[in-house]
Amino acid sequence: MTESCVAEPTNSVIEESPTESIPATEEAACTHLEDFLRMDRIPHIWCPGCGIGTSVNSFLRAVIDSKIPQNKLCIVSGIGCTGRVAGYINVDSFHTTHGRAIPFATGLKLANPELMVVVYSGDGDLTAIGGNHLVHAARRNIDIKVICVNNFIYSMTGGQAAPTTPAGTIASTTPYGYFENQLNLPQFLEACGAVYIARWTTFHVRQIQKAVCECFKKKGFTFIEVIAPCPTLYGRRNEYRTGLDEMKMFKEKSKIKNNIDTREATLIPGQEIVVGKFVDRERPNFLDSMDEHYGRVLGDAYKPYTGAIA
Amino acid sequence: MVEVSRKPKGFVTINQERCKGCGFCVEFCPTNVLQLSQEYNSHGYHYPIAQAPEKCSGCDQCGAYCPDFAVLGSRNNNKK
Repeated sequence: MTESCVAEPTNSVIEESPTESIPATEEAACTHLEDFLRMDRIPHIWCPGCGIGTSVNSFLRAVIDSKIPQNKLCIVSGIGCTGRVAGYINVDSFHTTHGRAIPFATGLKLANPELMVVVYSGDGDLTAIGGNHLVHAARRNIDIKVICVNNFIYSMTGGQAAPTTPAGTIASTTPYGYFENQLNLPQFLEACGAVYIARWTTFHVRQIQKAVCECFKKKGFTFIEVIAPCPTLYGRRNEYRTGLDEMKMFKEKSKIKNNIDTREATLIPGQEIVVGKFVDRERPNFLDSMDEHYGRVLGDAYKPYTGAIA
Repeated sequence: MVEVSRKPKGFVTINQERCKGCGFCVEFCPTNVLQLSQEYNSHGYHYPIAQAPEKCSGCDQCGAYCPDFAVLGSRNNNKK
C-alpha cells in the first residue's frame, strides 16, 4: 500500500530537487501492523505521550518477526490502562477481572497447550491486585509470557500510589511523597522462579522487540518489565511535564547491564534505571514436570497430557 | 560534470488523523527528518511533517516509537 504512494524515480540522477518524489504526508493507512490491530477501535484511548502504545507497537513487530500464526496467539489482559491492550490486538484476546489475568491464562494454557498465551497487563494489575497469582505462576513455571507495563502508579483509577511506586514520588494519594519500599520486580520474579526476566523502558523499542522474540522461543514463565511514561498522572506531578520529557529521562538515565544480579537492578526514576536481560535459565515447566512425575510414579497407566480439548 | 545522485534512502509516511502529537518520532529520528507542524488535525493535535525528507534513511525508528501506529518509515529500493 505504501508503494502506491510513491512516484518511483525512473533514473538515478536527479538534477535539481531530490525531494520531489517523496511524499511528505499521506492520508492513507500506513502501517503493516494493521493486520494485528482491531482498526475499528483505533485511535485508542491512551493519552498523548503514553508509553503503552509504543510497547504494543514493539510487541506487534515481534509477533510479525517470530511468525506466530494469528490463531495460535492469545492475549490476556487484566484491568487498567494496559488492560485495554487485549481490546486492540486482533487475535483471540481476553479482558479479565482485576488481577486475574494470570489465573485465566493458566487455565487457557492448560486446557490447550498448543496456544501461545501472552499476559499483557499493568503493574497494578499483575503485582498488586494479582500479586499472589504472579508468585504461583512463576513458581510452577507455567508456560505463559508475561509483559508487565510499569508506569509506577495506578493510572486508570486516578494516579494512586502502587507497590511499584518509587520512594519520594508524589502520587495523588501521597501529596507529600511516597515513603514505602518499592517492589523490585526482576528480583521478586527471580526468587519466584521465572526462567526469563528482562526490563526495558519504552525508549528501548528494538530491545523490547528482541526480548519478546526470545520469550516466544523459551518454554516456561517469562517476564518482561516495560517501564512506560505516564504523563497525565505520574509525570505531571514529578517534573516530567510531557511523555516526551519522561522518555528523554529514560534515554539519559537508563543503563544497560545484562546478566547482573537482580538485587542490583535498581529502578530510581531521575537517578538510575538499570535495564537489560537479567535472567535466562532453564527449568522444567509445569506440564513437562507433571508428565515426567506421573510417568515415573504410575508407569504405563499414565498417558502424557495433551490438553483438555481433543 | 556528472553529478552523483543523492536520492534519499527512504521515506516516511504519516497518517495525520491518527496522530496525537506526542513528538516521539520527532525527538528520536536519528537524522532529524521530522518536525511537528503548525497545523492541527481534526482532533486538535500537531502532527509531524517531513521537513527534510531528503535526509531520511528509512530506518523506521519513527514508526517503532509511534504509540498511535500513525508513522511508518520505509526504504526506497535503490539499485546501487
